[in-house]
Amino acid sequence: MKPAPFAWHAPEDVAEALALKASHGEAARFLAGGQSLVPAMNFRVAQPAVLVDLNRVSALDSLNFDAAGGLRIGAMCRYRRIERDAEVARHLPLLVEALAEVAHPQIRTRGTLAGNLSHADPASEMPAVMLALEARFLLRRQGGERLVAARDFFLGPLATALAEDEMLAEIHIPALPPGSGTAFLEVARRRGDYAMMGVAAVLRRGPDGRCVAARLALCSAGPTPILADRAAANLVGTRLTGEDFAAAAALVVTEIDPMGSVQASPAYQRHLAGVLVPRALALAAERAA
Amino acid sequence: MKVTIRVNGVEHTREVEPRLLLSDFLRHEIGLTGTHVGCEHGVCGACTILWDGAPARSCLAFAVQAEGHEIRTVEGLAPAPGKLNPLQQAFQDAHGLQCGYCTPGILMTMTAFLEDNPKPDEAQVREALSGNLCRCTGYQHIVDAVLLASQA
Ligand SMILES: Cc1cc2nc3c(=O)[nH]c(=O)nc-3n(C[C@H](O)[C@H](O)[C@H](O)COP(=O)(O)OP(=O)(O)OC[C@H]3O[C@@H](n4cnc5c(N)ncnc54)[C@H](O)[C@@H]3O)c2cc1C
Ligand code: FES
Ligand code: FES
Repeated sequence: MKPAPFAWHAPEDVAEALALKASHGEAARFLAGGQSLVPAMNFRVAQPAVLVDLNRVSALDSLNFDAAGGLRIGAMCRYRRIERDAEVARHLPLLVEALAEVAHPQIRTRGTLAGNLSHADPASEMPAVMLALEARFLLRRQGGERLVAARDFFLGPLATALAEDEMLAEIHIPALPPGSGTAFLEVARRRGDYAMMGVAAVLRRGPDGRCVAARLALCSAGPTPILADRAAANLVGTRLTGEDFAAAAALVVTEIDPMGSVQASPAYQRHLAGVLVPRALALAAERAA
Repeated sequence: MKVTIRVNGVEHTREVEPRLLLSDFLRHEIGLTGTHVGCEHGVCGACTILWDGAPARSCLAFAVQAEGHEIRTVEGLAPAPGKLNPLQQAFQDAHGLQCGYCTPGILMTMTAFLEDNPKPDEAQVREALSGNLCRCTGYQHIVDAVLLASQA
């Protein structure tokens, strides 16, 4: 099908984009990569009266890494740029590993991380990865801004902390301390599909090899991405053996609340979590030098 | 509104509605019907074109957004009328198509892929092909064709 008519604005700076959004309110949507919004418009599931297109706001297409500030990703930075960036690959390989599971190269040419997070599909890999990496999001509106932790941002399926006049302007991801190892694993029906279950693991070993920090986040595991706090806390202090991973998996299964889909029943999703959690942890532990 | 878009090195100016998809601009406004349309939600890959050299879905962009960018379609591949480029020739030689509906999208995807990765292995070709659906060939001959082109 074809989209319903809309008024199209293509501002060239952030202030103008925020002003347009503020003045049109609920009637307007930001257009980033269009890889979720345009399919919805083609189906007429979404019929925004106004599009505030961010593609010409060149200041938003930014990607910077430094050891103190970590990684900063602007709203119009596309997946393709992130997955090909040498600094990202060196310092935050989890992001590159998980991006390979997001859709297909053709979608990643235009899709943006900020658009993905604003869309907040609970089956998407990226929100879970943001939880695992303790990302923070800079939300801007006309005359103000605030930083929101990833764990306070995702409120439900396609629901976030973004107010009607706010833009997700920048994503801040802290650098991982030495001794860290990460892994992302998922099971999907076909290559490039949304995950039926996905697991992001971040582990850190101390000088004696024991685990000093752990985070586990899952996608397709509930109405929002899920941070499995109890399972992660239980790993701290262990030697990261297969038994520790099995214990973590047993806890994770009690922490998630998979909703099921045409592709997988909740019971099957739980089964997948039980299989993927130990595998992801083993991989992350091996990589935690 | 008035829009000027460069397609295969030639500029085309048309009066369009903002809601016109790039795929429909190519097919209906400038008559380049080589770009096919299957699903209009990004899944099938038939509408894949090159956007500043990178493969993208023309059904998920509005024509007005393409101004100032370099668009390439399947019509831009052949070196001369009646001649095929090496990738197209490999598709013919390896039987990489049957009905041909998926072919333009796959050719554009693989054009960009081979530029990035001139000597791929089979697994890389299959990964690169994952965003294009083909109902006829079972994919094996497409993989063969891309590998054949990479050996040329
Ligand atoms: C075939 C196909 C397969 C896919 N498979 C996957 C997959 O496996 N995993 C996955 O995670 N995703 C998948 N996707 C979705 C893809 O990741 C989208 O690119 C992403 O979800 C949206 O990013 P975008 O830049 O395209 O945003 P858009 O589609 O432009 O926008 C999405 C929503 O966010 C809003 N928005 C955009 N930017 C901002 C901002 N800066 N501030 C506030 N609001 C904003 C828009 O108004 C809109 O509501 C797939 C898409 C397709 C077409
Ligand atoms: S028509 Fe664009 S991907 Fe199917
Ligand atoms: S050749 Fe018929 S769909 Fe691919």
